[in-house]
Amino acid sequence: MNQSMIDIHMQVMWNRLISVVEEQAQTLIRTAFSTSVREAGDLSAGVFDLEGRMLAQAVTGTPGHVNAMAESVAHFIRDIGPDNIFEGDVYITNDPWKGTGHLHDITVVTPSFHHGKLVGYFASTPHVVDVGGRGFGPDAREVYEEGLFIPIMKFFERGDLNRTLIHIVRNNVRENDKVVGDFHALAACNETGHRRLIDMLTEFNLEDLSMIGGFILKHSREATLERLRNLPHGSWSYSLDLDGYDEPVHLAAKLTIGPEGVLVDFDGTSGMSKFGINVPLVYAKAYACYGIKCVVAPEIPNNAASLAPFDVAAPEGCILNAKRPAPVAVRHVLGHFVPDLVLGALHQALPGQVPAEGASALWNLHMSVRPVADQIGGKGAEILMFNSGGSGARTALDGLNATAFPSGVHTMPIEATENVGPVIIWRKELREGSGGAGAHRGGLGQMIEIEAAEGYSFRFSAMFDRLNHPARGRDGGLDGAPGGVALDDGTALKGKGLQFVPEGRRLVLSLPGGGGYGTPADRPADAVAHDVKHGYITEEQAALYGKAGGKA
Amino acid sequence: MRQRFGRRSRQMGFDAERCLNVGNDMVSNAPRNCRVGVDIGGTFTDIALDLDGVLHSTKVLTDYAAPERAILKGVASVAEMAGIALSEIDLLIHGTTLATNALIERRGARTAFVTTEGFRDTLEMRTENRFEQYDLNIALPPALIARADRFTVRERMNAAGKVLLALDDASVEAVVSAIAAGGYESVAIGFIHAYANGAHEAAVRDAILERLPHLSVSISSEVSPQMREFERFNTVCANAYVKPAIKSYLDRLVISLKDIGVRCPVFMIHSGGGIVSVESASEFPVRLVESGPAGGAIFAADIARRHGLDTVLSFDMGGTTAKICLIENQVPKTAKTFEVARTYRFRKGSGMPISIPVVEMVEIGAGGGSIASVDGMRQIRVGPHSAASEPGPACYQRGGKNPTVTDADLILGKLDPNNFAGGAIPLSAAASRQAMVDDIGTVIGLDPDAAAYGTCEMVDENMANAGRVHTVENGKNIADFTMITFGGAGPLHAARLCEKMGISTFLVPAGAGVGSAIGFLRAPFGYESVRSAVFNLSNFDFAEANRLVDAMQAEALGFVEGGLDRGAPVIERTLFMRYAGQGWDIPVPLDAKKFDTDSTRMLAAQFETEYERFFGRAIEGLDIEIVSWSVKASSPLPPVDRVAAVDEGSVVTPAKTRRLFEASQGAFLDAGIHERDGLKPGDVVKGPAIVVERETSTMLTAAFKAIVQSDGCLLVTRT
Repeated sequence: MNQSMIDIHMQVMWNRLISVVEEQAQTLIRTAFSTSVREAGDLSAGVFDLEGRMLAQAVTGTPGHVNAMAESVAHFIRDIGPDNIFEGDVYITNDPWKGTGHLHDITVVTPSFHHGKLVGYFASTPHVVDVGGRGFGPDAREVYEEGLFIPIMKFFERGDLNRTLIHIVRNNVRENDKVVGDFHALAACNETGHRRLIDMLTEFNLEDLSMIGGFILKHSREATLERLRNLPHGSWSYSLDLDGYDEPVHLAAKLTIGPEGVLVDFDGTSGMSKFGINVPLVYAKAYACYGIKCVVAPEIPNNAASLAPFDVAAPEGCILNAKRPAPVAVRHVLGHFVPDLVLGALHQALPGQVPAEGASALWNLHMSVRPVADQIGGKGAEILMFNSGGSGARTALDGLNATAFPSGVHTMPIEATENVGPVIIWRKELREGSGGAGAHRGGLGQMIEIEAAEGYSFRFSAMFDRLNHPARGRDGGLDGAPGGVALDDGTALKGKGLQFVPEGRRLVLSLPGGGGYGTPADRPADAVAHDVKHGYITEEQAALYGKAGGKA
Repeated sequence: MRQRFGRRSRQMGFDAERCLNVGNDMVSNAPRNCRVGVDIGGTFTDIALDLDGVLHSTKVLTDYAAPERAILKGVASVAEMAGIALSEIDLLIHGTTLATNALIERRGARTAFVTTEGFRDTLEMRTENRFEQYDLNIALPPALIARADRFTVRERMNAAGKVLLALDDASVEAVVSAIAAGGYESVAIGFIHAYANGAHEAAVRDAILERLPHLSVSISSEVSPQMREFERFNTVCANAYVKPAIKSYLDRLVISLKDIGVRCPVFMIHSGGGIVSVESASEFPVRLVESGPAGGAIFAADIARRHGLDTVLSFDMGGTTAKICLIENQVPKTAKTFEVARTYRFRKGSGMPISIPVVEMVEIGAGGGSIASVDGMRQIRVGPHSAASEPGPACYQRGGKNPTVTDADLILGKLDPNNFAGGAIPLSAAASRQAMVDDIGTVIGLDPDAAAYGTCEMVDENMANAGRVHTVENGKNIADFTMITFGGAGPLHAARLCEKMGISTFLVPAGAGVGSAIGFLRAPFGYESVRSAVFNLSNFDFAEANRLVDAMQAEALGFVEGGLDRGAPVIERTLFMRYAGQGWDIPVPLDAKKFDTDSTRMLAAQFETEYERFFGRAIEGLDIEIVSWSVKASSPLPPVDRVAAVDEGSVVTPAKTRRLFEASQGAFLDAGIHERDGLKPGDVVKGPAIVVERETSTMLTAAFKAIVQSDGCLLVTRT
């Protein structure tokens, strides 16, 4: 076989390795108990070489795991110790700083042996239903309150289950069947990946991953560096102001692009919050990297080499570089704004390629529904919903209405949610007029109204932003509508923290819209008329376009 | 161009006529049985006629303006071939892509959608997800019914089907007036939790029809009583959207068939692979979506029956896509939902969901016309863009400049440039090589042979990966399957695909060029009722469960009556179950006819057995729930004669040889060339070899040999 044939052969094996991790991820989606995994795709899965370098990763709903998980396997190898790794072992942790940023994400790593020799590792991470403590919410003052912390340890040793660990977990978390079920689902999905890998090594007559791994890393590095060479080089800065928990938060970034790499420096960002909206740096890095990759190298698969040129820096103790024991449970809220932050800087380097700001952070809603009186005998339920506002207008297209960005998760059908527990979702539809005006309009947010079923009330943990800081338009585009949280009697509620909705009252959420792009006057009259006809904007808003109600 | 097509079609029509004796040799003088299958595809309308087990078939060009014209022409031609009068046809079974095309091309009726207040935008908000994570400029498919045409009424059911908010007459009145003023032809109604209680939907339908009796009205609790509002709403809208056009077409077809002397009843094939009356099809036309591909799967299932194969994977590769379907115990696997009209590289989530029972197929953007290119990673990528038949692959020399899979097949020696489609289309290897050099060779430094090899390896790898993932999702191991392959490009790629998937045997049936139309003739009368209703085993209400299953059975039987001259119907009940808290349910076949107090234990045991088969191990101590229910009624399939075993005869010496690239060795070898028509049962062809026929060629790698079966099938096994 000549070199070109060998290269083609390598490409085939690379494709196969990506298929192996996709299969690993599918197995987890189909066996998981966690709502966010099975319904919303909140997970990641990947295969790693002997040094803990990621070779392939499944494309799933969570950019936040992109390089968070990529870096975790090296921690496992170090903490378990190379001499302590055996066939049949499975390792586990939920260390926010060595995994993916909060205790709810469990990372499980399985060493893969072929012919008795260690050839690599499989890792997977989902968001589990519960880890004890206060439950999923931003109210804790220290990570100790946020739940059970499992340092890197063995979940199975040579095939034997660590019953002590399971015993401790069962006695410290709510819905322990589902949590322990998810631990097993993680081990099973890694096992699927391992079996497929062995099939592949056998079919291609390989002893280990070194040759194919070398090929993947070399080509990925070269392709990424080629992109970087073709970008303008220099430094650009951008900042965002957000609601925070009890006081506003300022996020700042200086983006430096050079031929060898991209550095995002978060210097100038606010210090840590007293509450659980802090972000471990590994998670901020994942979203920074995702935002940049969307623009400069969208089709290069994620692996150690394609991610290596992207790095971040942040002063210790800033809110994007929170240190233990800071509370970090809802690190996703600020994390989801990091792409807006880096895209704002990138816009200056590459004008005309970057969308306006969007609602960005998911409006996740965790509800604990309970009977109002014991004699009713009804059972309570824990209910999680993922909801999205509008995305920012693109340079040549309107923003997406009620669609997640940067997160890639799905929402759940409200019919499924109402089958989980005693809640009624009275309304879930587009929020008219909430998209920022522009030559291209920002995406619309949505309106949601929720009431507990008769005989029940509920508490919910708010983790909503952009109530006071709407998504900004770009290049003359106007801001999207800010968000709102209230009861149906008009009582205003907070954007963050645990709150109560009594029986008979509805929680009313107004999700923010995306910012517009370009001057509204440049929007074609027929597009304005179309928006009025279908109720995406009001007659009054049509005046913003200078088109007198869009009469085209 | 149209002229040339016209000329070709006449020639094609003539050449493609076939007479094939399949199995049943007992032709007697008793009353004859004559059935006709008609499949309208994108390019051709295929007609197959079965007269007491002898098949005749033809292909005519699809007539877009009046599809029935092509049918009349083809039916007359095939009856003449068989030497029978049109009045002697006993049954005509029809499948069509018209409903699918109307959805893809958005050419449907002016349709209004009425839904529950608070949910006007469910159709538009979809899953709130981007189907491609790294593309900032994706466009989501627009809602089938635009926002201004979506209306709401005040009403609400809860998850148990109890009324939370009574239907508000004033809001109904307002909506009916708006519909009257809006000039709509068709109306879809979809309310929250209507799968559990459709009373409000039916009441609004009655209110509309009372004032506007000429409108066509579809309600979600009848069209698709499954949980998940986006999918159900979209399904009822799709039904309403295509209903007027399909009804008008079917009415015209029935009348014009009568006019030319066809006196038999006309039945339609549906997406679940069964047959229903024209009247049912007119009422629920969304069930006609994807009925053509379903015919291909039934065709493969029939071959599996005749050859006694229980674990089969059908592989149909055409010009634009490849389709893979699992066929176990000779029944194509079905699903409760699927997606049509994908708008972004066949990406899951980029189309519209339809929740009806359907023969489950994995569709990959990989066909003979799929275009090869080099991506940013300097890797060869194939598809999903296709050169289709116009302009076609570079080797057709009709203006296509991009290298395609067919070009790669030609360069590697799998195709004969002078004998493609029976010589109807001369191929230019020079043009293929030039395209490979221009688009791939010069970009990454490969010679045309290596570029062609890379193209075939990538497309085969893509299909093998999709097949492998699909079997894993169904808890199966792909290496245990036998492949049945058809379609223009299927037999050319099957051997390499089998090498990649670890499959040791594949079958290439005769008559595969009109496989779907033949499949229609083998389909049972059948209808599947699927409903969502959540029951926990921990407090299982068996009386309620019995009522539900009885109602579903009555519904299913209602659709198959009239087609039941073959004997008592076969009833299959399937429960879709999971551990409470999971999101993914698995099908569990239900043996018992009635539920009683013992049912809980039995259902739990059956579920755990299936769960272990899928996922390795059951989980102790968790509650189990039934989420959805399926009752399928079908006519029993008539017995088929098993294909008699043939003794392995002698190895045929090829008349000529050609250089053929052997992927496993990375080198060209001399391969024997055999005309399929010249082979007789028992003949053995050893790879590397090509077996040539008009519609396709079967490529055997060095690892395989083919034995010609008594029914003309090629049985290909690893040596």
